Amino acid sequence: MKNKNLVSINDYTRDEQIQILDLAEEFEKQPSQRILEGYVVASLFFEPSTRTRLSFESAACHLGAKVIGFSEPGSSSLKKGESLRDTILMVSNYADIIVMRHPREGSARFASEVATIPLINAGDGANQHPTQTLLDMYSIRKTQGSLDNLNVAFVGDLKYGRTVHSLAIALSNYNTTFHLVSPPELKMPSSVKKYIKDSNLSYYQYTDLQEVISKVDILYMTRIQKERFSDPIEYERVKNSYVLRNNMLKDARPNMRILHPLPRVNEIAVDVDENPKAYYFTQALNGVFVRQALLASILGVK
Amino acid sequence: MEKEEIRKELKVSAIENGTVIDHIPSNSVFQVIRILNLNESGNMILFGTNLESQKMGTKGIIKVSNRFFEPDEINKIALVAPKATLIVIKNYKVVEKKNVEIPDHVENIVKCFNPNCITNHEDITTRFTVIDKEDLKLKCHYCEKITARDSMAFL
Repeated sequence: MKNKNLVSINDYTRDEQIQILDLAEEFEKQPSQRILEGYVVASLFFEPSTRTRLSFESAACHLGAKVIGFSEPGSSSLKKGESLRDTILMVSNYADIIVMRHPREGSARFASEVATIPLINAGDGANQHPTQTLLDMYSIRKTQGSLDNLNVAFVGDLKYGRTVHSLAIALSNYNTTFHLVSPPELKMPSSVKKYIKDSNLSYYQYTDLQEVISKVDILYMTRIQKERFSDPIEYERVKNSYVLRNNMLKDARPNMRILHPLPRVNEIAVDVDENPKAYYFTQALNGVFVRQALLASILGVK
Repeated sequence: MEKEEIRKELKVSAIENGTVIDHIPSNSVFQVIRILNLNESGNMILFGTNLESQKMGTKGIIKVSNRFFEPDEINKIALVAPKATLIVIKNYKVVEKKNVEIPDHVENIVKCFNPNCITNHEDITTRFTVIDKEDLKLKCHYCEKITARDSMAFL
């Protein structure tokens, strides 16, 4: 995968995705390996993102690479009116690989075409966030032993949640059965449902969260955002119906694990954190190993 | 019918050699001119619009002297003039007639309908893959959103 950009999850084949997960496993066993000594990683965050940025920078540091860049647009030349094209061309001279987060959709594809060094998309607006998808896959494989033949529930905002769309598409390679739980106004888009169907897989739609809990291996929770509702009363009605509480987990399968891309607001009650089925904080840690694997493979040292 | 055709042909004079693009929707004539870059051409160009048409009610027509188009070039206009007929003229005679076809890829013609797409904020040539020719749906190469016929705007 040397020099291969990662902009959308489908840029990597199923086999390439698996190679990344396998390599991430190696890094989990031994996170500190100074194999990127002398390399420079440019970390360009045109919008703030604490979790993704820190986990990339932590990954780079564990491998001995140096990190340059900025964490918000106010401190960049963007503020002086420099175009994205010029910023990327300039940074290509200073670094060996670019990690970029940008608020506009399509910015990552464009930047990858302008850059003379490889680029990893760390989120382009509401479009793609492939490293999140890979760390979700890693977490699922690790907790279930395999990615094959699982029952996966997605809960909450399935309409706008980009992590949900990319993960559903990636899991369509693995004979997954999908359980989609959302208020009617935030249902999974038809394009994703069509993708699932075209892969000869089944999905079931629900409005009641309790109904799926005993049926699934993975419960993937997401946040319902107020801005998504045109009617504030509708939001108030819906927001509390997709809150997971510890007492709802009685009938869950023993192997079931709860995932969440974080940050959470109130959709998982704090009393769930103590339940061994809660996996979301470990999931965030897995992001470091997956990003180590990506940096090492794309720079061609693993 | 034959007589009708002759009368219309006379509204926009005949050319000796070149290409006639017929059956353009009246409101798309200037878009076709722009898409084919005819505004920068040195050839003699005659055009008419809001002409009577039995098939279409009204139509536009463009005649380009001494110019013959490759299919790739002419198919670009299919987005704005899907029913256009292409007539190749040699020595005042029709030697070939064909229809345009929607291409597989569209570059620098359509604006991405997603207001948050990077192509609407930086100087970037728009690029789309045509994913549905029947209903005309274009997938943006950059933001991956679909621009459909009813939300399509031309550059």
